[in-house]
Amino acid sequence: MSNSGSPCNGQPSQAPSLSSVPTHGQPLWLLAELTYKCPLQCPYCANPVDFASKTGELTTAEWIDVFTQARELGAAQLGFSGGEPLVRQDLIELIREARNLGYYSNLITSGVGLNERKIADFREAGLDHIQVSFQAADPEVNNLLAGSEKAFKQKLAMAREVKAQGYPMVLNFVTHRHNIDQIDRIIELCVELKADYVELATCQYYGWAYENRNDLLPTRTQLERAERITNEYRDRLAAAGNPIKIIFVTPDYYEERPKGCMNGWGQVFLTVTPDGTALPCHSARMLPIEFPNVREQSIEQIWNRSNGFNHFRGYEWMKEPCASCDEKEKDFGGCRCQAFMMTGDANNTDPVCSKSPHHDLIIQAREEAELPSHKEPVYRNERNSKVFCKG
Amino acid sequence: MSSQANAPAITPDQTPVLNRMFRFQWEKAQDSYVLLYPEGMVKLNGPAGEVLALVDGQRTVADIIQTLQAKFPDAEGIDRDILDFLGDAREQLWITL
Repeated sequence: MSNSGSPCNGQPSQAPSLSSVPTHGQPLWLLAELTYKCPLQCPYCANPVDFASKTGELTTAEWIDVFTQARELGAAQLGFSGGEPLVRQDLIELIREARNLGYYSNLITSGVGLNERKIADFREAGLDHIQVSFQAADPEVNNLLAGSEKAFKQKLAMAREVKAQGYPMVLNFVTHRHNIDQIDRIIELCVELKADYVELATCQYYGWAYENRNDLLPTRTQLERAERITNEYRDRLAAAGNPIKIIFVTPDYYEERPKGCMNGWGQVFLTVTPDGTALPCHSARMLPIEFPNVREQSIEQIWNRSNGFNHFRGYEWMKEPCASCDEKEKDFGGCRCQAFMMTGDANNTDPVCSKSPHHDLIIQAREEAELPSHKEPVYRNERNSKVFCKG
Repeated sequence: MSSQANAPAITPDQTPVLNRMFRFQWEKAQDSYVLLYPEGMVKLNGPAGEVLALVDGQRTVADIIQTLQAKFPDAEGIDRDILDFLGDAREQLWITL
């Protein structure tokens, strides 16, 4: 597939030379999406909607090679993600290699498939951190959204076990219109579990979540209430000497300026998907850009020299209003995926920006959130994914 | 950073311990010591790295001061700087004493 557009800046086209490549940082963060397989069916999953068409997972040896190469380039954080990374039978071996290489390793899991023994074995192998994600504090909402009845009890038990075995505890709650009103119960649950960090992250509308946005986006009133309650808890807990850190992430749909997505394209993050495709962010696969594969190129080539990673580095690619905007170095024009999904052109300004000529799309989504009637979510599973594969 | 006015003073007989949330290591690509924690990294400046490299749950504050005074004999007021840094590190929850 061809790229979405060549930068037209009035200059004669030149063969790319090293000096014309914009500067960029090191891939400090390596996200290893080990598999797209998952026992849950969360309707806000960030995986591509056509994941069922991606086959041929990297082998153990291929992953270890990826870890080794990325470490050489400066990667320090390694996230084991998916799908559900616990599905990979070689996970413990990958953890051990990550530790040997000097990574700080993070297991990002639903907790389904985890048990006391595995938590201990992973610790022994050198895993630094397990992040258990929750759907809501209320078992019913949690189970409804995860598409599993046993999920909540299991998550709770595993969260307790993670803490008991000496890991730092970071809890991640994905919030949306169905659970954001329970924010007080969510925070109380985190306090009870003695979490060190809590991320109350409102759904980001990519992948399955974009398909289900209508069913997920909270109203402004819901959001403001949740933020106020969170602030009150934060103050109260700090006054009581509780060291818990609560991070509240607002959905950018209620902002007037876009987020500085991924700290800039190809600046810090490197995602490798189950089949070895390398991406500057885990959502970028949706873009009409050819991304390199670790089976065909070295990580050094991918990070420093591939078209996929250089595509949105620097500011040359920008269109108006970004090109002449004095905030472009702060937000890099926002999110390329969001620009592409909503406007059809990944070079456009992220429509979250009130300067964007497409900002009305965001306003429309906010207005839709005010309406009571909402369609049934499309659950993330193989069967539904195959519908997307067919297009 | 908030004020440390209410925090008790750090005394030489105390033994600092790195909080289990953090891993301390030399990072070649950064050419510095760093603290790694869930999904994040703090790049430490030279002096901060020198102090934390000695925080092993065995050495007391006095031991750390003595070691660094011996290593940097020309650095004036190094004891004060070390105490200040340990206070900051405690406030950041990097260490407990």
